[in-house]
Amino acid sequence: MSNEKVIKVALIGNPNTGKTSLFNQLTGLKQKVGNYPGITVEKKQGICKLSDTVKAEITDLPGTYSINPTSLDETLVLDTLLNEQNDSFPDVVVVVVEIENIKRNLLLFTQIKDLNIPTILVINMIDQMKRKGIDIDVKQLEEKLNTKIVLASARKKVGIEELKEVILDYEKLDTQSIAKITDRIDEEYFTKLKNAFPEFPLYKSWLLITQNNEFDFLGDEQRKLVLKFKEDLDCIKRYQHKETILRYQIINNVLKSSFNVDTSKATDLRGILDRILTHKIFGYVIFALILLFIFQGIFEWATYPMDIIDGAFASLSSWIKTVLPAGTFTNLIAEGIVPGIGGVVIFIPQIAILFTFISILEETGYMSRVVFLMDKIMRKFGMSGKSVIPLISGTACSIPAIMASRNIGNWKERLITILVIPFTTCSARLPVYAILIALIIPSKSVLGILNLQGLTMMALYLLGFTAAIFSAILLNKILKIESKTLFVIEMPNYKIPSIKNIFYEVVEKTKAFVFGAGKIILAISIVLWFLASNGASKFKNAEETITAQVESKQLTKEEFQKKVASYKLEHSFIGYMGKSIEPVIKPMGYDWKIGIALISSFAAREVFVGALATIYNVDSDSENSGTIKQRMAAELNPETGEKRFNFPTGVSLLLFYAFAMQCVGTLAIVKRETNSWKWPILQLVGMGILAYVSAVIAFNILS
Amino acid sequence: MFKTIANLQIGEKAYIEKLCLENIPLVLLEMGCLPGIEVQLIQTAPLNDPLYIKVNGSHLAIRRETAEKITVVK
Repeated sequence: MSNEKVIKVALIGNPNTGKTSLFNQLTGLKQKVGNYPGITVEKKQGICKLSDTVKAEITDLPGTYSINPTSLDETLVLDTLLNEQNDSFPDVVVVVVEIENIKRNLLLFTQIKDLNIPTILVINMIDQMKRKGIDIDVKQLEEKLNTKIVLASARKKVGIEELKEVILDYEKLDTQSIAKITDRIDEEYFTKLKNAFPEFPLYKSWLLITQNNEFDFLGDEQRKLVLKFKEDLDCIKRYQHKETILRYQIINNVLKSSFNVDTSKATDLRGILDRILTHKIFGYVIFALILLFIFQGIFEWATYPMDIIDGAFASLSSWIKTVLPAGTFTNLIAEGIVPGIGGVVIFIPQIAILFTFISILEETGYMSRVVFLMDKIMRKFGMSGKSVIPLISGTACSIPAIMASRNIGNWKERLITILVIPFTTCSARLPVYAILIALIIPSKSVLGILNLQGLTMMALYLLGFTAAIFSAILLNKILKIESKTLFVIEMPNYKIPSIKNIFYEVVEKTKAFVFGAGKIILAISIVLWFLASNGASKFKNAEETITAQVESKQLTKEEFQKKVASYKLEHSFIGYMGKSIEPVIKPMGYDWKIGIALISSFAAREVFVGALATIYNVDSDSENSGTIKQRMAAELNPETGEKRFNFPTGVSLLLFYAFAMQCVGTLAIVKRETNSWKWPILQLVGMGILAYVSAVIAFNILS
Repeated sequence: MFKTIANLQIGEKAYIEKLCLENIPLVLLEMGCLPGIEVQLIQTAPLNDPLYIKVNGSHLAIRRETAEKITVVK
């Protein structure tokens, strides 16, 4: 509806303040995730209806402790608030603070207030007030902070309606700063600054000269002025320090009379949990058990829906063939599109389960303890405790994992993390591993409870992590980058996770995978089908050639068809491609059919299974199609008469897929995140060499 | 010798005296780590690094190298 009025709202707050819960309550499922122009940080937006004619477009900005960014994603907050030409420049800012850490949370509030944008203060988690012995005088606080305050408990849906009303009336809000901090730092200096940029609020000008980023919205004249002020860096640093001290003085004064905590009511549950969870022995044991549980969960629970999906798509293909008239179009659907979609859908269970675990760990506050436990160890490998979360996320998909490394403030630690993430076993490798393991490792139980196939999978995960660690050590030695430590993490209170937040997080991440990576997989499946079912003159004359060849022999119609089909595949476009790389891949024990799958995998690893499915589907006759695994198991090596997917070839393939950088999506993200082609090329070449060499060695030792 | 946060015993409290400005990230000040504020060392990570401190109502973890640059007095 075009006559609806839209109010642009920016949601800002420290991490762990329940900002996301509030966002979910306000917008429900009316959320979309887009990208900020030029960079890949996700921009979470949602619509909230305020009245019959007015709605709010709410942007959930990344959590930050201050307007001065320490990492890439925090830069967004600054960009959004300073650039008035920005699409999401807010009409009103909602600052979310948490009742227990209100003092520290208010620092960000006073900074934003100084930008003279209408600002609302939401004090969240008021349901904890009694338990923690906290008492607030809202009226007095509103007066002193010069704002409208909403008391809320986002998880319990308290205060949401009131907040909507206040947003609706945002034009009535006072936009004056709380106190003229700048005058108290150095009046003369700031008068000079004010005269230099008369068009901006003073605090905005101050931010322009204190940051390292480039602001596109500045004109040439303004840029020169900014540079001139930046010359005296020592002075800027000193004043930033002074500013922070002054802000805390103001906040302390404001809170002295309107906020009261009775500390005798505090319980020490946090202390007890911390002592156990970060204990020098139990801490690691618990973390290892949690990881084991997550992986077991992914393999055990996800197999059931995955088998169902696999079977369902196989029967769908056969069903389409029986219903639709035979022809190219039917083949495109049954052999190209349907298996292609199946190849995407099959990942959903594993990705959803993994993200459920990760978001539970984040919501409870446990992840910060993991960072604390692992920091010193990770630093030995040139990374940071904060690298642990991206590395774990990498077991789902490298792309979100690399983006999750943005909160690592130290550039060298971040770069190493980005470079080694693709070694972790992402879910795209899982179907490749799963099918190869099923073919070469017997399903025996070991020690009664553990399954040999499951153990092999576990070993491959460890192999991925080991490769990541060793290459990190190597990179740490090679890379000569000096960068400062910015390691400060908050250890939040333990919380019971909110099911709603977890649900939204999982839906969002799964959707991003399906529509992001899914598109590539589907497109490649269709291209592959086309390449496999078309060819040059030899392909077109297949029937005549075979007829001439077998004239003397007595063949049944079925045998004849089979011969034609395999002749056709061999002379199709993709057959030629596979054959042309056969000399290179032969030392690893592969033939041209596996070569085809390898070529397709360079777009995305998971295409391996889909590609083989397409190849063997075209190869075999349609009545006997069955599941991919059955088709692969039946494939023989014409030279030896042995099974094609025997033990040496299987192991060689497993190693190749464990090490090779076969994901165009990841390469593109690494280029964007590092702003250089140097690093993705290093990954592609380095990982490729490692993969090839280890596969060749393994194949030759085993066979 | 100056006493720093890194020299505190577990559970020990002290007041922040001075922060070496050049080497301290601004965000640490912004989280409330300021001169005159009480700081308590709650715990150290298994390899004695990072340090888990409570300052100005916030629970933070900082690396030992950072803690060594914040002097404290009793």
